[in-house]
This record gives sequence, C-alpha cells and structure tokens, in this order.
Amino acid sequence: MRIALVLLGVAIALALPFFVYPILLMTILCFVIFASSFNLLLGYVGLLCFGQAMFLGLSAYIAGYLLKTTGVSIEIAILAAALVSALLGGFVGFVAVRRTGIQFAMITFAFAQFVYFMLLQSEFTGGEDGMQGIPRSDLFGVVDISDSRTFYYFVLAMTALAIFAIYRVIHSPFGEILKAIRDNEARVESLGFRPERFKIIAMMISAGIAGFAGALKATVFQFATLTDVSWTVSGEVILMTLLGGMGTFTGPMVGAAAIIFLNDELAQFGEWALIAQGVILILVILFLRRGVVGEAGALWRRMRNRNKG
Amino acid sequence: MTTEYALEARGLGRKFGAFWAVKDVDLKVRRGSIHAMIGPNGAGKTTCFNLLTKTLQPSTGSIILNGEDISRLRTSDVATQGMARSFQISATFTQMTALENVRVALQAGKGTAYRFWRPLGSIAHLNTRAMELLENVGLQDSAGVAASDLSYGKKRALEIATTLALDPQVMLLDEPTAGMGHEDIEPITELIRKVSVGRTVLIVEHNLSVVSSLSDRITVLQAGQILTEGNYAEVSSDERVIAAYMGGVEDAL
Repeated sequence: MRIALVLLGVAIALALPFFVYPILLMTILCFVIFASSFNLLLGYVGLLCFGQAMFLGLSAYIAGYLLKTTGVSIEIAILAAALVSALLGGFVGFVAVRRTGIQFAMITFAFAQFVYFMLLQSEFTGGEDGMQGIPRSDLFGVVDISDSRTFYYFVLAMTALAIFAIYRVIHSPFGEILKAIRDNEARVESLGFRPERFKIIAMMISAGIAGFAGALKATVFQFATLTDVSWTVSGEVILMTLLGGMGTFTGPMVGAAAIIFLNDELAQFGEWALIAQGVILILVILFLRRGVVGEAGALWRRMRNRNKG
Repeated sequence: MTTEYALEARGLGRKFGAFWAVKDVDLKVRRGSIHAMIGPNGAGKTTCFNLLTKTLQPSTGSIILNGEDISRLRTSDVATQGMARSFQISATFTQMTALENVRVALQAGKGTAYRFWRPLGSIAHLNTRAMELLENVGLQDSAGVAASDLSYGKKRALEIATTLALDPQVMLLDEPTAGMGHEDIEPITELIRKVSVGRTVLIVEHNLSVVSSLSDRITVLQAGQILTEGNYAEVSSDERVIAAYMGGVEDAL
C-alpha cells in the first residue's frame, strides 16, 4: 500500500513538468525542503526557530557568488553553501539552545535580522538590487542541465535526497533522543544526556538542509534577493508547517506546496494573497490543530481502530 | 570501592533570597538500604531532593556519592556516576511508546545516541533488554503503547523501568505515590521493594504508610532542617514529629 503510494507520487512528480510551469514546481520543491528542515526542529525537538530564513537566504547568496565568480560545478556550489549554513546553524545553536520557547525564538530572530543587515550592507550581494545572473553551471562539470525541464529533474532528485536525509535523521538513534528531548527535556538530562549538545547538532542539520534549499532556489531563479532572508519568510515557513501538521513527516511538504501554489494563484490579486494566508491560518488553528496531514492521520487511525474493534 | 554510606550530605543548605529552604542538612544513606525523607508540606523535601540530584545548586555544604564529592557536577553527570532519579509528576516521553521510552535510557552513556545517520535497526539489540525491563515492572503488554495512553499507575511503572535501565547503584524517588489512588499505591510500593534489591534507595514521600512498610530508616524534615532520624517506630512515636504533622496530615500517621 505504502509502496504503491510512493510509486504513484514518483510517477506524478516525473510527469508534472509537462502540465505545470516548471519554475513553480521547482519553487514548491525548494520550499518543501525548507519547511521540512524547519519541522525537524519544531516538530521533533520542540524548538521554534523564528529565523530559519537566514539559512535559506545566506546560502542562496553564497551559492550564487560561487557560481558567478568561480568555475565550480553546480553541486559543489550547493553543498558548499549548505555547509556554511550548517556552521552558522551550529553557532546560533551554541548561543541559543540553553533557552527555550519564546526566548529561543527571539534569539534566533535577532540572529536572522543581523544576517539580513549584513547581507544588505555587503558589497557582493548587490544590496537592495539582489544578485542577478546566477548561472546554472554543468552538473559534475560535464552534464548540461540548464534547460528548465531538465533542471526540474535535477531539483527533484536533490529534493528526494534532502527529504531522505531528514527521514534518516528522524528515524535514527539520535532522532529518538531528539523526540525524547521534545517530550521531556529535564528527564533526558536526568538520564545522563546533555540535551544542549543534541540540540546544537539538530540545529546544524536543520540549518544545513535549509541552506541546501536556499542554494537550490538561487539556481532555480538564477537570482538571490533579500526577500529570502526576510523575517516574513521565517514566518511563512511556520505557517506552512502548521498548515500541513508539525511533527508529521509529510505535513510540512503538503503545507509548503499549498502555500506556494496559493501565493502563485493569488499573486494577481495583490494583498489578497496575504489575506488568504491569514484566513487559512485562522481556520487551521481553529479546526485542524494537528494540521491537514495530522488530522488525516488521526482520522485514519480512528477508522482503523473502529474496524478492528 | 565501596563506602559504608552510598550517599551523604554534609551541611547542605540552599537559600532563596533571604530564606533558607534547606539548612544544615546532614544525611547519611547506608548502602543497600531504603531511606525515606518525610516532612509536612513546605518542609524542604523537594528542595533537598533537587539539591541531591544537582537540579539545584547548593548554597552551602557538599554531597558525597560513593565517597566522591559530586557537589560541582551537572545533572547529567550525576546519572553517569550511578545515581538516577525519578520525578514527582510522572516523567515519560509522552509521544513515544513504552519500549522507546526505556530504549532512550538504554542509549545513555553510549556513543550510539549521536548517530544521526544510522537507521533505528542499529539499536534493535537494545529491544531485548528494554522488554526485560518492561516485564520487570509488568508492562510487557504495553510495549507498543504511547506513554500518553498509559494509565497513571502504568506511567509511574514505566518511569521506574526507564530509571532502572541506567542500572543505578543509587535511586532517588521523588514522591513515587503522589497523586495515586489506593488501588495503585500498593502495586507501586511492591514494585519499589522489588527493584530496590541490591541498590540504595532514597525516597521523598508524603504518604507515611508507604514509608512505614518500605524504609529501613527515616529522616524527618521540618522548616528546612532535620527534626529527627530513626526507624519508623522511633520516628512515629516522637512527639515533635507528631506535632509537626498535626493539622497537616495527622490521619496519615
């Protein structure tokens, strides 16, 4: 059953660019990765990072800069940007993980604002204008993937890789400790663990994957802007995660796809996109507290139990 | 190295502002015994407990575990030194199954806990031990149940199984029967008796009937200081103890 669903999903993903604008699809994929990286922290460690955009945006600039100024192949640029992002995540984590809840959120927010202004002031980013003309250099230095539809398959493969990495982390011995920290940090500490170490590592992984998404996004649009670092993106990823269902594996992906798709559809109506987002958020919080995927899962379990009993 | 006393406190004190919640507490817990600490509400039992587990830093005095000063260690280090604690409010990992709860503790002190790139199958060998621990507390049929779906009594049992996973020499139990109905108190008391074999146990408890049947020695706290110490017969006939408990929970005596 599960395998059939996965195969169906793969088939749809492969066929989609023939029916839908590839850039929109690739945007969705980038945010699918981004929201999943955020959910790794919120849903599985219980950390609300209100500055996730700093990883997305910084990496976009770094990957863009590498591609523009050096001759490195595309995968090297993306991985290097993700690595820098992971290091930033480790540093932010080192400062912030001793705090929880709103304090943690505010420290990460402060860091994100700091990164925003650094990038605004920096010479190499192009400031308000953003960084234009980022080339899609050859994969492994030999394979030309610059055509939009071909590039879509590259982004799709990268997304699968990133999602698999997150799946791996969640379903690992380390992931079990993360979930335990989420449920009861004091208890984990009393068992002889140092929760802050686990949280810092989780921050690094989450930031690395968010950076991976940002670098990928820069190659999709072939430009990087300050929007990607702005706090509205940090807020939007919370909305995506809550809409889909935090702490569920597929929830943030569904949420990301829904929000990006809606934004695209409603773009012609200007502010209405934001109003629609607000209404959706209110409806989800009032009626679907576990998010779309979370509620669907709960419903599925209830029905199965009823059939059993 | 074995010392006569597994756990000792010397001149232990803790000040909150100008108020001494615990003052000049000298405590000696004999190895292999079950030692209880009782006292009326606000006597400083919980503060004392938190000091001993290093959840709180002491203002004065020192704590000696197996002859070694642990006053400066952090909470997580105390566990690796062989002293494990339970919590007053049942501390389980609510969204994880009973088996996973115990398995978390089994990963303590092992390098596996940091392996984020390995599949869960890599710690499947811990499942056997986790099941044994669950059987030990009578939870073998609830292994796959999420901790949040367990009854209150079973949550306490799960917490004890998780604590036992550390195989601690010294166990500190914070009001193990707090908030329990009569039907749950008896099995938990029996369970504590069973798992304390070969270990040293310090119980902070409000319920005196639990203490009377379990403990070898009782320390009575009042207003942050030790009022008296002795076996149950001595302590329960002490007029100062009776007076301290008067108006509070005299029916419990």
